[in-house]
Amino acid sequence: MINLKINGQSIQSEPGKTILQAAQAHGIEIPTLCYHKDLNPTGNCRMCIVEVKDWRIMQAACVTPVWEGMEIQTHSEKVEIDRKLTLELMLANHPQDCITCDVSGECELQDLAYEYKATAPEWGSKGTRYPVDSDPNPFIRVDMNRCILCRRCVSACAEIQVRDVWGVAKRGFDEVIVAGANTAMLEARCESCGQCVAYCPTGALSNKMNYGMARAHQVTKVTTTCSYCGVGCQFDLLVKKNKVIGVQSNPNAPVNGMALCVKGRYGYDYIHHPERLTKPKVRRYLLEGKKKEEIREQRVVNRKNSPTDPLVSSPWDWVNVEWDIALDIAAKKFMEIRDQFGADSMGFLTSAKCTNEENYLMNKLARQVIGTNNIDHCARL
Amino acid sequence: MDDVAKEAKAFFIIGSNTTEQHPVFGTMLRRAVKFRGAKLVVADPRKIDITEFATLHLRQRPGTDIPLINGLMYIILEKGWEDKSFIEERTENFDEFKATVMQYPPEKASEITGIPVEKLYEAAEILAKNSPMAVIWAMGITQHIVGVRNVMDLANLQMLLGNMGKAGGGVNPLRGQNNVQGACDMGGLPNVFTAYQPVTNPEVIEKFAKAWGLDHGPQTVDDKTLSIVNGLSSKIGLTVTEMMPGILEGKTHSLYILGEDPVMSDPDTNHIRHSLEAIDFLVLQEIFPSETSVYADVLLPGVTFAEKTGTFTNTERRVQMVRQAIPTQGDARDDWWITSEIAKRILNTRMKDEGGRMNEAAQYAGWDYKDSSDIMSEINALTPSYGGITHARLETGERLQWPCPTLDHPGTPILHTKQFTRGKGKFMPIDHVPPAELPDDDYPMLLSTGRVLYHWHGGQMTRRAKGLMQVYGEALIEVNPNDAERLGLNPSTCLASGQAPRNVVRVTSRRGFIEAQAWITDRVPPGMVYANFHFPNASANELTHASLDPVAKIPEYKITAVKVELV
Repeated sequence: MINLKINGQSIQSEPGKTILQAAQAHGIEIPTLCYHKDLNPTGNCRMCIVEVKDWRIMQAACVTPVWEGMEIQTHSEKVEIDRKLTLELMLANHPQDCITCDVSGECELQDLAYEYKATAPEWGSKGTRYPVDSDPNPFIRVDMNRCILCRRCVSACAEIQVRDVWGVAKRGFDEVIVAGANTAMLEARCESCGQCVAYCPTGALSNKMNYGMARAHQVTKVTTTCSYCGVGCQFDLLVKKNKVIGVQSNPNAPVNGMALCVKGRYGYDYIHHPERLTKPKVRRYLLEGKKKEEIREQRVVNRKNSPTDPLVSSPWDWVNVEWDIALDIAAKKFMEIRDQFGADSMGFLTSAKCTNEENYLMNKLARQVIGTNNIDHCARL
Repeated sequence: MDDVAKEAKAFFIIGSNTTEQHPVFGTMLRRAVKFRGAKLVVADPRKIDITEFATLHLRQRPGTDIPLINGLMYIILEKGWEDKSFIEERTENFDEFKATVMQYPPEKASEITGIPVEKLYEAAEILAKNSPMAVIWAMGITQHIVGVRNVMDLANLQMLLGNMGKAGGGVNPLRGQNNVQGACDMGGLPNVFTAYQPVTNPEVIEKFAKAWGLDHGPQTVDDKTLSIVNGLSSKIGLTVTEMMPGILEGKTHSLYILGEDPVMSDPDTNHIRHSLEAIDFLVLQEIFPSETSVYADVLLPGVTFAEKTGTFTNTERRVQMVRQAIPTQGDARDDWWITSEIAKRILNTRMKDEGGRMNEAAQYAGWDYKDSSDIMSEINALTPSYGGITHARLETGERLQWPCPTLDHPGTPILHTKQFTRGKGKFMPIDHVPPAELPDDDYPMLLSTGRVLYHWHGGQMTRRAKGLMQVYGEALIEVNPNDAERLGLNPSTCLASGQAPRNVVRVTSRRGFIEAQAWITDRVPPGMVYANFHFPNASANELTHASLDPVAKIPEYKITAVKVELV
């Protein structure tokens, strides 16, 4: 173990740890911005600088390893002045439009500026340098004016998604994050997983699908499990006024951590799609007490007609009914078929999209109530 | 998945388009290869995305997985790379198995699979010398008439190399749907109750009969005349691939379908349409009017995952909470509620009519559930591997993988660490059987089917997601550049820009045809096309056939003989 002092407090740390890791392990907070625990540290934002005794310049805590006898000040006056200046330099080149920015309230730059009472210096603000919403990707909104060049997006794409879409172009004041060789994201082979958005500390990368729909404090987050593939990713559904308006990574997700795919993160809008079935429906012939074989011809005719044409009335039309009517009809017809042809004439297809509890009940219905083992689902398909 | 991604020294992906079908697991594998130096062998006729990361890509001819695996095992035995102590201590039937493998020398395997001999040697060396090695597959292995044999042969390979029951090793079938594992665990199969308790086992029958109030002794009345519940059936039921044809044979008269779309997802769509057209009564419980709802008599609006509470079980047997985030939409209802209301109505009528033949005092006879956790309690009681998996435990943040038999059991991340379920692992001698429908003069090309990154299965959900449609808005048929030239397609296709010239091809099989835009790409080898079943106007299942694996009854989606023409 290595012995060192942080703010006068003697602590021990394993060799090879950074100052930041050693401090965090002992509950000592050091502000960070480009650093994220999931990503390799790059040490480029200078927010985590600390004073190290006998060292001429201050060190970035996220990339400096601890050594024996090290003495560190994390919040000395010198450090705090420098951090505030660093923030002012970032703000000098950042739009002053938090009031309309989508990520206001969950912006790490905003939080630090607030904490350090840093504002954009008078000599700053060169104005809009890049087109806002500059990329045609249907999910990800790009506004490089808000970028602070922390490069988390570059790291997230390279280290989490392993797709290397984002990179850094040019140098100095012109330095800018670009997709591929400065092309559209999809052309740079972006898979639209949104990892870059999840790791972006500001509004430079945000979500198009819910842009302008809610501020962080206006949403409720509900942790749940994805409904697409069998990997079992978890995430938070963002809910505002009883509507799902987005999906957000939940860092505690057991299988996937922050990672999600394009369907999991952006394939949720079917939930509120206007074509959702919201009323039980039965075919008119069932209400008229007719038999299905009597109306075989009308069914064919009905199918040839426009299904939405109200002028053509057919016994095969859908009729919206109350739950009791639909359920009574279903139960009655099932009983009739069981009486007439036996339990094994009935088939039950349960669902690999539904919950365990729902699948259990289908198994119980087929076996206990009906008395058949004709139950299956699409595992084979 | 975590142990596989973090601890495997090598991966053998065969028949899994991992980065498109299990994208987040796919990224874990990419990380393992790129940052940890794990070796990756991909065996797939198509140049799928993950091959970019492969140490070696084996492009076997479709339907030749067994000669490939046997050929690799021949080399392993020839070189003495097998795990002799594992074979000795944990397995049986090795000699018979070895005799079969010896029929597949590399030259023969190469001739059947089309993979050069030296690549077989290279692959065998990578797989044998990097331990633990994880085998990963999905429907590319199972959707064949030899699906079960393919799986058994991969189990042979892993036993031969001693990779079973080890973190970072094992056989890792990736389950497709979010809760296909759970649907199987919950008795959504024709031969088993929950947790794979066989319907043919008298003790199991007795256990469920007692719990569900059917323990009233043997029946004397003819099944057809007595319509109330009259005991549990010990006859193995029909699979979906048998129920559907059963309609036209007069065997299946009604279907109750929960959240499934057979018209899109079953083989030979035309035949499915004819069958559903002929059914006496079809109840469909769905969230959207699907292609199947056209044939339904009753349509019951269920809810999406955002509107329900319950559990899903993922591909690694991890049971996780699904939590209701929004109220049910319109007059839609919880799916469990709908099913239990139908059950109650049937039971109530019958109990009244026939004087109650069910023991209502039995603990789980009834259907009055308060909520889904109430149903889970019943599952806990009747399902040994789920005995300790309660909503309450999951809500405290416990991470549980079944088997988890009791409330104080921590769950089981890795199976078969000390012994297999049957005791010793049995080597099965597996021989090659050619696919059911191979290309011929009339249908000279080979079609394989599957999904793409941006869509899900029959597409009911993803076709209603705007952004996904913007990226992938129509069915595309993958055609090799050589075939494209022969067919006279315009080769200047540039897919990403959306400026592709119209290259509409018609793909015809013995059962039907589809027309869709061609995507000219060397992802498919010459002579092969690849289509998906996400779009009703050009669904690959119009073409596929219902030849089944004799055991698993899974259709051979991956191989259909077709002809392709420019429209």
